Amino acid sequence: MTQDHASGDPAQPPRRVDRAGIVIAALLAGLAAVLVVDARGLSSTTMYGMGPEAMPVVIACGLALLAIGNFVDALRGNLPARESADPVPVVLILIGLALLIAIIGFGGGFILATSALFVTTSAAFGRRAILVDSIIALVMSILIYLAFDRLLTLSLPTGPLERLL
Amino acid sequence: MDTFAALAHGMAVAVQPMNLLYALIGVFLGTAVGVLPGIGPALTVALLLPVTYKLDPGGSLIMFAGIYYGGMYGGSTTAILINTPGESASMATALEGNKMAKAGRGGPALATSAIGSFVAGTIATIGLAFLAPWLVDFAVRFGPEDYFALMCVAFVTVSATFGDSPIRGLTSLFIGLTLGLVGIDKLTGQARLAFGVPELLDGVEVTTLAVGLFAVGEALYVASRRHHSEEKLEPVRGSLWMTKEDWKRSWKPWLRGTMFGFPIGALPAGGAEIPTFLSYSCEKRLTKYPEEFGKGAIEGVAGPEAANNASAAGTLVPLLTLGLPTSATAAMMLAGFQQYGLNPGPLLFAERPDLVWGLIASLFIANCMLLVLNLPLVGLWVRLLAIPQPWLYAGILVFATMGTIAAKPSVVELSMLAGFGVLGFLMRRFDFPIAPVVVGLILGPIAESQLRRALAISLGDPMTLLQSPISATLLALALIALLAPFVLKGLGRFKATED
Repeated sequence: MTQDHASGDPAQPPRRVDRAGIVIAALLAGLAAVLVVDARGLSSTTMYGMGPEAMPVVIACGLALLAIGNFVDALRGNLPARESADPVPVVLILIGLALLIAIIGFGGGFILATSALFVTTSAAFGRRAILVDSIIALVMSILIYLAFDRLLTLSLPTGPLERLL
Repeated sequence: MDTFAALAHGMAVAVQPMNLLYALIGVFLGTAVGVLPGIGPALTVALLLPVTYKLDPGGSLIMFAGIYYGGMYGGSTTAILINTPGESASMATALEGNKMAKAGRGGPALATSAIGSFVAGTIATIGLAFLAPWLVDFAVRFGPEDYFALMCVAFVTVSATFGDSPIRGLTSLFIGLTLGLVGIDKLTGQARLAFGVPELLDGVEVTTLAVGLFAVGEALYVASRRHHSEEKLEPVRGSLWMTKEDWKRSWKPWLRGTMFGFPIGALPAGGAEIPTFLSYSCEKRLTKYPEEFGKGAIEGVAGPEAANNASAAGTLVPLLTLGLPTSATAAMMLAGFQQYGLNPGPLLFAERPDLVWGLIASLFIANCMLLVLNLPLVGLWVRLLAIPQPWLYAGILVFATMGTIAAKPSVVELSMLAGFGVLGFLMRRFDFPIAPVVVGLILGPIAESQLRRALAISLGDPMTLLQSPISATLLALALIALLAPFVLKGLGRFKATED
């Protein structure tokens, strides 16, 4: 959803349909539907007052109303102006987060996982010295690991590198 | 007097060597993290929450108080020196403060903001100490329906009344309320919105949401618009100290800022943004040097900074006495209480006076420490600002994920963190406010259980909400606060067409 058409262009007339706003309204409506479907699976066992299904339905109604409100705003082009966004660094950071999750998930340990995130984020912000950054990341995450493990006695996930320490 | 005795007792708790050490660590960490660009006090508390996980409740709450105040001080340093306010409350400070730094008067700007924060923080904490017992006496009479109505007021003021767009603010709130539904329903034990995922049965962790929205979201957002502008760090040149003239021009704005900040912060009116801008425009009107405004007037730093800190202490009034967070930072503080199974409110004052009054007393101590820490050591904090942006944000993300990894190292929890990061990025991009999501997640479940309790007591009669005078008044207030922006906007449009 980041590849917005550049709507910061001053030459465009201000009041035009905002497509991203319509997507937002649709997502809100979808969320409301999910809430209602989920609430229908609950059984109301309370004798008096509200059961567990009442609040989701109330919130779903609110979301539906807000979907309409956002839809109207989008049709009128009432959303605040946006500057163009560069999707490349965003995707890079998300790759970094995915790497971190994968490494933790497959037992690669804290140090490798956070180092991967550090290097990709740094690259997303324009650094190209991957080797230097990798060394910095490794040293930093080893220090954090030791501080947490020894000083605060919080357990962080261990992998091959942590077992060496 | 009762308050004096309680406060003296709290002081005795707070000056124990271990607690002093916790306060010192708190203000140090709070300033260090708060000074990093793009990190406001709320995120500072959220990031440091896991660090305090293993401490005893008393010590860790004292540390929190230090982190909270430290984050406020650190945030203003960033606002002055690089013009990137970490939160909307230091936007007014950045207006004049950054101009002063550009004109080579960064030192006095930092000094007036630090001393002003100290003055305001001290006065407001005294206000907190005297207002809290009184409010507690009042709050004891609250029934569940009154609490529910009070939370409705908080929902509306936080999301709709003071934002740019009530629709976008309410949208944020309802996203938060939806997230609050996830997990096992406490009254009937049925799972809601868990979709068969066992990790979701416990509900959404407040810290995961806050760190995802604030830290990951901010990093993604800054990365996406890196090509727009380079932030420039203004070096602190010249004397750090304020001249006699600076003092003369600062003390009145400090006091006026406090008068704006504390009452507005103490009302459930949502955050420090309004008092800081009120103070800014008030100083602009009262100043003898109107030509300096916009070019770096010291009054424009002194007033808003004092207002900012006073309202931070003010938000602790509803938080401690009613359990009602009215800003993102207060919401994080509440999460800190909850991690020890403590629920702020009248009961906590009765059951754990040592804890509550120790916390209040340590706010005074934290404030004094911060004054010492900030004035001579400002050079050290400035050096933190010189970290190159790639490493800074890489470090922030490592630190942000570290909290989740330490608390719950599961793939589901980390994926949620990343997902909330994307949500935070999109909300920033499309200009949805973030704080209502956090407040909705925390208060939503509490409001629901209070409402259900009220209805169970009244045997299902919804009229109980209107029969209690407190609840009826509060609900009427909530309705007015909800409708006011729409009505005013209608008036504004009417005026605009007239022009």
